[in-house]
Amino acid sequence: MADVNITVDGKKVAAPAGTLLIEACKTVGIEVPSFCYYPNLSLQGACRMCLVRVEKMPKLQTACTTVIGEGMIVTTDSPEIQQARKSMVELLLGNHPLDCPVCDAGGECELQDMTFSYGAAESKYIDLKNHRDEQQWSPVVYFDRPRCILCYRCVRVCNEAMDVGALGIQNRGVSSIIAPNMEDHLDCEECGMCIDICPVGALTSGSYRYKTRPWEMNHVGTTCTHCADGCKTTLGVRRDDTGMQIVRGDNRDKSGINGDFLCIKGRYAFDFANHEDRLSQPLIKKNGRLTPATWEEAFDLIGKKFSEVQKNAGGQAIGVIGSNRTSNEENYLLQKFARVVLGTNNIDHHRTADFPVFAAALAGKQNATASMRDVYNAPAILLIGNDPTEQHPLLAWQIRNNVRLHNARLHVINSQVIKLHRQAATFTQIPSGAEASVAAFLAGKDSAADALISDKANRDTWTKLRSQLRAEQNLIIIFGSEIRGSSIASLVQFGSEIAGSKFLCLGDYANSRGAADMGLYPDLLPGYHASSNGTKFQQEWGSMPSAPGLTQQQMLDGAIAGRLKALYVVGSNPVGRLGLAPSVLSASFVVVQDMFLTETAALADVVLPAANAYEKSGTFTNTCGDLQILKKAGEVTGTKTDFEMIVRIADAMGFDVRKLVPFGAAGTRADMGQSRGAQSGEADRHAVWLERHNLEPKMSPFDPMAILDEIQRLVPGYDVSRMNLLAGNDEHTNLTGPAQVVQQDPALIEPANNALFTSGTLGRYSNTLNSVVEQQHRQPAEVAAD
Amino acid sequence: MKFSDKFEARFTEMLTHYPTQRSVLVPTLLYAQDEVGYLSDEVILELAERLALSELDVRNVISYYSMLTTKPRGKFNVQVCTNIACMLRGGEELLEHCERKLGVGNKGTTKDGMFTLEEVECIGACSWAPAVQVNYDFHENLTPEKMDEVLEQYRNKAAR
Ligand code: SF4
Ligand code: SF4
Ligand code: SF4
Ligand code: FES
Ligand code: FES
Repeated sequence: MADVNITVDGKKVAAPAGTLLIEACKTVGIEVPSFCYYPNLSLQGACRMCLVRVEKMPKLQTACTTVIGEGMIVTTDSPEIQQARKSMVELLLGNHPLDCPVCDAGGECELQDMTFSYGAAESKYIDLKNHRDEQQWSPVVYFDRPRCILCYRCVRVCNEAMDVGALGIQNRGVSSIIAPNMEDHLDCEECGMCIDICPVGALTSGSYRYKTRPWEMNHVGTTCTHCADGCKTTLGVRRDDTGMQIVRGDNRDKSGINGDFLCIKGRYAFDFANHEDRLSQPLIKKNGRLTPATWEEAFDLIGKKFSEVQKNAGGQAIGVIGSNRTSNEENYLLQKFARVVLGTNNIDHHRTADFPVFAAALAGKQNATASMRDVYNAPAILLIGNDPTEQHPLLAWQIRNNVRLHNARLHVINSQVIKLHRQAATFTQIPSGAEASVAAFLAGKDSAADALISDKANRDTWTKLRSQLRAEQNLIIIFGSEIRGSSIASLVQFGSEIAGSKFLCLGDYANSRGAADMGLYPDLLPGYHASSNGTKFQQEWGSMPSAPGLTQQQMLDGAIAGRLKALYVVGSNPVGRLGLAPSVLSASFVVVQDMFLTETAALADVVLPAANAYEKSGTFTNTCGDLQILKKAGEVTGTKTDFEMIVRIADAMGFDVRKLVPFGAAGTRADMGQSRGAQSGEADRHAVWLERHNLEPKMSPFDPMAILDEIQRLVPGYDVSRMNLLAGNDEHTNLTGPAQVVQQDPALIEPANNALFTSGTLGRYSNTLNSVVEQQHRQPAEVAAD
Repeated sequence: MKFSDKFEARFTEMLTHYPTQRSVLVPTLLYAQDEVGYLSDEVILELAERLALSELDVRNVISYYSMLTTKPRGKFNVQVCTNIACMLRGGEELLEHCERKLGVGNKGTTKDGMFTLEEVECIGACSWAPAVQVNYDFHENLTPEKMDEVLEQYRNKAAR
């Protein structure tokens, strides 16, 4: 359709028919002030701040509700308009308490800004202001009624974008008031979107309110560390007596894959970092008790023990368990350490999805994985299994809003009536555990429908659904961990017949996909190369074992049987998660790197206090394969990154760390500080150690970017734009594994079952999440996940 | 919950009057209130379910209209107008008189549950100000004395 031409303040503007005047103005850099208008929410026309003069129209018009028309001549600024806006501000201030000096929003308040621009400081009103006390609606949502300017953004975002509808408007006129659904409190998803979108300080956050002012914090853009969706988040940090404390999580930078969105975990559950149980010094078991020790003592002991075992019993007597929460660089480094330094393929992690089979099924295909952004734009989506609202909140947001704003067709197949069925064009309920039959039926095996037929769906329903899906184009096929092994291949086979289709395999935890991509498998190297076929890596790394090592279960069995002499656990809690007896690890020398004294750490011989993903630099890969940067925001004195600890252990074993981390090697594109976020002294701190070891302090073996360099060279799909990545943008990695499948035992996959209000170990140590769980009387997840 | 047949008949008919189902809410609320006396939690839940709305939505609408109430009222709702015409002709005195006589303030209900007193804006009877509306009946050109008779009349009615 041809563009519509209008003139705004003398500038020619062309925009597609149907564009709102306020948006058309933006395209030429003219900002029309607004309170109630918010892109992608329904129009409200409540605040009258956006008044503009349109020639030939009798009165001032609201730019936020006016659709542009051919030949319109618009003035957005004139004494008349200024006066109109000033009067609006005066009305808004009529009842507004002037408590900016103590208000959370002070310094980033839209009303403050408007008052500054239009000046309505003196008021003609002489009546008393209508004061109401502040209310607490939930552990995380507070409402300060007099500050509310009735823009209704909160009501709309909760209704439309969240599909929760927990907020409403009561009374009318000046006595209108925003009200929560349970009269005096909220029963909702506690996402805090309403707080985020409130232009003033009427809705405030339980975790941040009255703590600090916006200009007193450093703001660090990084990636959320809870679920596998990878929201971009901006952490507000402030110096405190133990380092750098995170005081706020929000998404003031809307450029991320999550746009406006953060869920309760991303917004509030950063407080695990400052939990009182956080470990802040190394512990060594002496006389049966874990006793504080120095880092040197700890590394010396680990180096000595690991070397001993290696010499006497060989690398195969050592096991390594990696993490779903450590960075790609750490995961890569850990498996390299296991294979090259310890000389063992005994490395595994808690698997939450069948990524290796997925990679093999996609072998040779280009652009076959969907990014998180694709989910928001695709014309059609098929979702099999999982409950994204609970387990992948961002994914649920993308799907919901794609349906709402772009009329995407959503097809849901699930054994439960999940919340997303409300957006679904078709919802088909299956008997629980029948997901594999769905994959087989879709792939053409008609007899598989037998297992799917119930009073909810008969054979016709299934046949119809399948033809309907086959008729789609650019379909995104999303599946939970219910689909594994050969079912993935069936699904990919089905999807490959649909033009432009893409796939998305759902794993749990912030970097489960990264753990898989980086080769935390006993039989798979980074990029899903079979360990028996690692020529590319051997050339780079030198000698390493090729026979597959032990899986996590086999390692634990081996430790119990006394075959495994040493176990190195990084950021994982198998003892707690699998509910093992405390005696299991007593026969081996156990080293654990973790933030807390988990069930596993409590059994260790050496415990090293680790930094979490908010306290380090590196990269994460979300479940879609979107690669994003981590920047260091918080810091707890006395902890170290897993990266540094791995390098230090290699060093303590007498290994030349230059062979582990290719820092300073010719051609390495190293980090010159871009990824360090709020921290500056780090390079200097490392320099002390480096100089003592006669290493060049300019490039550090603790620099994850040096490993990222190697990852980008060796892991297929990861050679994305480094510049974009460092600039804080998401880069989609294309997953294609080698075609030959190294069959994985599907029984090793165990989903985390983290719900909206839980998040494994992190959630357990988040006071905010726990307070919400308590209030909602929800049961925390049964499993003590890691 | 159970409504009268008359209510159900009206409700069913009302559904055919509007292009969107939720529009039925406003008149229905009034009918329900007439029948039950006020809009109880039970009524709210029932109507929300029937019209596929949230209870919050229903409450929002109720709070918008001053004629709708979620609190029980007396048998007779005495609405005294104090808007301009009535005020000039003694509406405010009439209200004060009622307050003394009934021993309750604005929106108060007498102990015996007979009367609720309410100060209202113009009820469209300015020509015969001051005016009072009791439930759906009008009483005009009132004086404190005449008001006493009106109240007495309702007491007798209740006694019958
Ligand atoms: S926290 Fe989220 S779900 Fe709860 S009221 Fe606010 S927007 Fe709605
Ligand atoms: S609480 Fe905030 S977002 Fe909601 S209507 Fe009031 S000012 Fe707007
Ligand atoms: S959806 Fe996932 S990544 Fe996003 S804020 Fe929530 S927990 Fe973090
Ligand atoms: S922004 Fe246009 S009326 Fe509020
Ligand atoms: S002013 Fe009382 S009826 Fe109109």
